[in-house]
Amino acid sequence: MLYDIAIDGRNYRLELDCAEGRWSCRLNGRNFEVDAVLARPDVLSLRVGNLAYEVKSERVANGLHLWVGNTRFAVEVRDPRSLRGRIRAGDDQGPRKIVAPMPGKVVRLLVREGDEVEPGRGVAVVEAMKMQNEIKSPKRGTVQKILVTEGAAVNAGDVLAIVE
Amino acid sequence: MFRKILIANRGEIAVRVLRACHEMGIAAVAVYSDVDRAALHVRKADEAHPIGAAAASESYLNIHKILDVAERSGADAIHPGYGFLSENAKFAQACVDAGVKFIGPTAAAMEAMGSKTRARQAMEKAGVPFVPGTSRGVESLAEAEQVAAKVGYPVMLKAAAGGGGKGMRLVHAREELKSSLEAARSEAERSFGDSEVYIEKAIVNPRHIEMQVLADEHGNTVYLGERECSLQRRHQKVLEEAPSPVVDADMRRRMGEVAVRVAQAANYTNAGTVEFLVDQGKNFYFLEMNTRLQVEHPVTELITELDLVHLQIRIAAGEKLPFKQSDVRIRGHAIECRIYAEDPDNNYFPSPGKITLLLEPAGPGIRIDGGIYEGWTVPIDYDPLLAKLIGYGADREQAIARLTRALGEYFAGGIKTNIALFRRILRAADFRAARLDTGFLDRMLKRPEDNPADSKTAEVAAIAAGLFAALGATERGARNGAGSGLPASEKPASNWKSVSRSEALR
Repeated sequence: MLYDIAIDGRNYRLELDCAEGRWSCRLNGRNFEVDAVLARPDVLSLRVGNLAYEVKSERVANGLHLWVGNTRFAVEVRDPRSLRGRIRAGDDQGPRKIVAPMPGKVVRLLVREGDEVEPGRGVAVVEAMKMQNEIKSPKRGTVQKILVTEGAAVNAGDVLAIVE
Repeated sequence: MFRKILIANRGEIAVRVLRACHEMGIAAVAVYSDVDRAALHVRKADEAHPIGAAAASESYLNIHKILDVAERSGADAIHPGYGFLSENAKFAQACVDAGVKFIGPTAAAMEAMGSKTRARQAMEKAGVPFVPGTSRGVESLAEAEQVAAKVGYPVMLKAAAGGGGKGMRLVHAREELKSSLEAARSEAERSFGDSEVYIEKAIVNPRHIEMQVLADEHGNTVYLGERECSLQRRHQKVLEEAPSPVVDADMRRRMGEVAVRVAQAANYTNAGTVEFLVDQGKNFYFLEMNTRLQVEHPVTELITELDLVHLQIRIAAGEKLPFKQSDVRIRGHAIECRIYAEDPDNNYFPSPGKITLLLEPAGPGIRIDGGIYEGWTVPIDYDPLLAKLIGYGADREQAIARLTRALGEYFAGGIKTNIALFRRILRAADFRAARLDTGFLDRMLKRPEDNPADSKTAEVAAIAAGLFAALGATERGARNGAGSGLPASEKPASNWKSVSRSEALR
């Protein structure tokens, strides 16, 4: 099996094969002796050589996190044979989605469609657990679309508005 | 003794009280709102009654509905926990009128302590030391200016009915007084329906130390030692410990005796806490009395070997305190971490959601008082406290070592928590040296974290990512869809990640 893996934005190529219960592993062309047990869903007991690691996996609104011990890594795994998952948005060019960072309720919209916004300008106020959080525009642009209404319940990752 | 107790609360404290009931052979009645049907306190209860919509005013704050459940279930007492109705004198009185015992102080004692200005007037009579300032609300800007000039800047404006930092303003100079006074008044009006604001001299970098008291209904009042609660954010406590590293036996006795006088001046019964500000010269000033069980009561339990909830129940049942002041011994050291559902990458804003994975620490000297479980969705409607992790040791060093070890084992997936914040606090040189004050956390969080990503660990993460994908595929095949690993390769990449990454770099 061949994987393209990005760890905190850095790319690795990983080749894994399992024969008779033993793994062979090449990472960026280097061989590693590994042994892995899925202790329970989302928890991997991993040995690299004789060093032991407990790795936890966590799906989050904007992707996947792996925790090696107490260190968190943002992870993308791609199977290079698949063409999916190759689309990337331009960073500061083009439309940007403004998403709710947590589940909650939209208590106030601070802009209207067509408004010009500066980076850091508040777009909406989302309330969760008695706290109000102002969600800000990441870039300069025009509010192209507002996808929620005041009073709406939102989940983490839901798109609130698009700034073009 | 009571046969059945209704617990008018939710979350970890409802579970804590429920456990005490079961230890004492008392049936526990839970109440729950629409979003709490699957909550832990409901799962563990002997009886559970729905009391309405998620909004606290429709459920946990609704006196009528709770008393109705008390009547229907035949409960002979109500434990209010903390928050919600715990310091509501009307509720305490309504319980008396309904013939059900309220486990806490009387309505009259609560009222005496509920308003900070009225408490202050009563305490001045009892000879309790105060931060210089007014004992009643200021009427006008002119009066405020006069008082501020007398006690000296900086001063603190505080809402008489306040709590949790609402209606509080720090004023450094006369020019700021007018706008701060207006802001504090309107915030107090909005938050508590009472715009009364009073002035105190602001103590610079104070410690926040509180004394636990316990009083039975036969005139006996004791103090159970102090808790150091200086580590706060937004005026909310984050970490507490007992005993305080700066309080010696003599200071403990003096603070304890003042606390007992405070309680006696209000004819206080049951468990209560007298809060003090302590300045750098170790002078202590009465701040307020909390007329309930505190969130941080476990640290006192560990160092006194007393169970405060058992004692609350026994006192409410009319028993005498089973020990005297001279029997109270402080032994060892305990530290509590309040584990909140909040996002450290987003200024510690609340982060409710589904807990996909929960690995809890155990082992010597570790106690967890929690209200959560794996698979449960933390609702957005309430306080974000998930659990309290408490470490105990023979001394402060051992308590820190055990807690550090336990925090390393602790993992909650699917939601953001502040677990990593505690690892950082416990590593901090100032914390280890017990140089604590209420500004400690804000100062620490302003410094960048020295946490260089280590390329070797990143390689381990890359290998693990592939193995999760490979094992997930195998497991899915073997178990016909009951996948336990991660089908990571099937997940379409999203733009959210790049958005959030560039957000983080702003």
